[in-house]
Amino acid sequence: MTQKIGHNMPTRANWAEEAVAAAAAEEAQLAHAETQHPRTGSEHLTREEQVLARIAKARARKARIKEERITLAHGAGGKATQTLIEAVFLDAFRNPVLEKLEDGAQLAPMWTNGTAAGRLAFTTDSYVVSPLFFPGGDIGDLAVNGTVNDLAMCGARPLFLSCGFILEEGFPVADLQRIVASMAAAADAAGVQIVTGDTKVVERGKADGLYINTAGVGVLEREVVLSAAAARPGDVVLVSGPIGDHGITVMLARGELDIFADIVSDTAPLHEISARLLDVAGDGVRLLRDATRGGVATICNEVATAAQVAVVLDEASLPVRPVVNGASELLGIDPLYVACEGRLVAVVAPDRADAALAALRAHPLGEGAAAIGTIKDDPPGLVLLRTAFGGTRIVDLLVGDPLPRIC
Amino acid sequence: MRFVDEFRDAGMARTLATQIAALCEPGRKYKFMEVCGGHTHTIYKHGLEDYLPDTVSLVHGPGCPVCVIPMGRVDDAIAIAEHDDVILTTFGDMLRVPGGRGSFFDSKAAGADIRMVYSPLDALKIARKHPDKRVVFMAIGFETTAPSTAMTVLRAEAEGLDNFSIFCNHVTIIPAIKAILDSPDLRLDGFIGPGHVSTVIGCRPYEWIARDARKPLVVAGFEPLDILQSVYQLLLQLKDGRCEIENQYARVVPWDGNTRALQVIGEVMELRPHFEWRGLGFISHSALQVRKRYARFDAERIFLVPGVRVADPKACQCGEVLKGVLKPWECKVFGTACTPETPIGTCMVSSEGACAAYYNFGRFSRERVKEATRT
Repeated sequence: MTQKIGHNMPTRANWAEEAVAAAAAEEAQLAHAETQHPRTGSEHLTREEQVLARIAKARARKARIKEERITLAHGAGGKATQTLIEAVFLDAFRNPVLEKLEDGAQLAPMWTNGTAAGRLAFTTDSYVVSPLFFPGGDIGDLAVNGTVNDLAMCGARPLFLSCGFILEEGFPVADLQRIVASMAAAADAAGVQIVTGDTKVVERGKADGLYINTAGVGVLEREVVLSAAAARPGDVVLVSGPIGDHGITVMLARGELDIFADIVSDTAPLHEISARLLDVAGDGVRLLRDATRGGVATICNEVATAAQVAVVLDEASLPVRPVVNGASELLGIDPLYVACEGRLVAVVAPDRADAALAALRAHPLGEGAAAIGTIKDDPPGLVLLRTAFGGTRIVDLLVGDPLPRIC
Repeated sequence: MRFVDEFRDAGMARTLATQIAALCEPGRKYKFMEVCGGHTHTIYKHGLEDYLPDTVSLVHGPGCPVCVIPMGRVDDAIAIAEHDDVILTTFGDMLRVPGGRGSFFDSKAAGADIRMVYSPLDALKIARKHPDKRVVFMAIGFETTAPSTAMTVLRAEAEGLDNFSIFCNHVTIIPAIKAILDSPDLRLDGFIGPGHVSTVIGCRPYEWIARDARKPLVVAGFEPLDILQSVYQLLLQLKDGRCEIENQYARVVPWDGNTRALQVIGEVMELRPHFEWRGLGFISHSALQVRKRYARFDAERIFLVPGVRVADPKACQCGEVLKGVLKPWECKVFGTACTPETPIGTCMVSSEGACAAYYNFGRFSRERVKEATRT
């Protein structure tokens, strides 16, 4: 027999009973709070609706990490990522800017000699994609475009980027040069400069080739305030093109699935197309998001929760390439959760929706743009999907990790 | 997408829905069980219940491979994975299934080498690539997946691989249906029969259900129109006073099954005297084990596993859900202590599990969303 390594794994024989007791205690606490401030109307609910109401309350509880160790699910952009961010990072760093949990921080005006020099947007992102090179791009242009896009989604004009490299001992210099060249090209295309950086090298086996972090600063030149909480009933949900291309491309590029398809990543800078959109729809734009990890579904859930509205999507209107649909079908995943790296989701006031859609379609990156849903008032906090088949279901935050390390 | 969209056509669904409504006798309630978790998934994912009259309800059955794995078997597999020269491979759905000490994900985070594969052949590929490691495939599933597991063992033998084995948890569908029919709490009008299992075993093994148990069964495909059509066929049988086994999925399922696949299973595996099912307890001759002839590919013979029965958590009502006695939301811990993120029961883990399907897709009040989804 070989030696066992698993002694680190906790032995908790009563974990299930403990979980039940903890949930019951929290529920009792909530019920107690309710008796202090009774709400009316619940007596008319069916038994099923009562259970649904109880679940909704349980989901609104303060996020708490139940796992003893980080799992891959914590990085997948779904429910576990959200819990990690809220329970660990936000809890420790809480401040009014971070609290909004937007794609980037929108900072108060800078003052120079008594004059406002404009507001800044500031963001950061790390890139660990595997493989490093994939059809349509590589980790380099991904790292530039991703941060440019986070700034663009704040409504900012991206200006300066930093980059940090974590390199693994033994990594080919030629590959590094290739990656850096595509970063330079991407920065050029996006009109940003990489103005500062850092390099670390770790021992062989301590990193998978290389990881890149970029941070970016942009200037907010418009009056518009973009926020998931700003969505209101009647608004229209737009997407700038076919969804899921990047996630499926990277997954197939790993070669583990023996599925081959003619598809390339959609990685692209969105600063131009988002600026066009804001030019046309102005303060009718409630929010912009690039649909990266967690895909369109995750963005819609953020909107539903932050604005306490229902997001109703129409499956038949979702732009999805046949090859993405086919691969998703084979792999048992839903394109709504698959990452894009060059697509934005916009929530726009109804009277500007047509103009906004036209503006998106007029840009080369937005040819496949579509209106995919609307905002309703009830039931708040839910994303509903009218399926192409003609039925109804909800689209929840993703649990688990179908696509690790796609960006 | 061709060969898929045709089976999701909303116009056809409306036509079928009208015909279904016309077949229902006024005042009569109908309860059909879809045996297979794949059907449960389809029903919720496409919102199929929107097309059924209130008097027709679908009850979710036991045919979810992940859901029926008892906690003790998860502990055994994790014990195997904890050997430092082992790479344990299994299907993605298994990774979050909790055992007595936690899930595969927890074990992986604690250092064990556990990998998700889409096919047992992928596990074999890993074995070839890592001759210094022992690669174990945790095999789960009904007769649907058993042939590919058996085939992989045969391939490993042909290649002379000595670092590959399977931890066999294959189960068989007929004993599960027997257990359902023996359950006193449930009155069913018929079964939507498993499609994928039937591609292997065919339709004959169900004949006793119509003959002796007097329940109609329609073997159905996995697209939403397949399921709607099988509901239509069941209602038509009831109206005509017939009680038969019908094959709606004839485009894939041959009446006599796949004899080659059955041969391969029979070559490598044999029935176990008994096997524990999550929530259902021990059922005789309900699962497969590796034959002695292939002992060197049998992880249960290679590794010392605890082999301890771990009782289901007291609060967990997976058994009642698997038998269709409880709807997912009727379970005491549903959605509060037990969620897809922190599951207690297996039904909340697999995409084919009834609880996960309801929680992820069907967790809304139909009355309330009517207004929101009106076009």
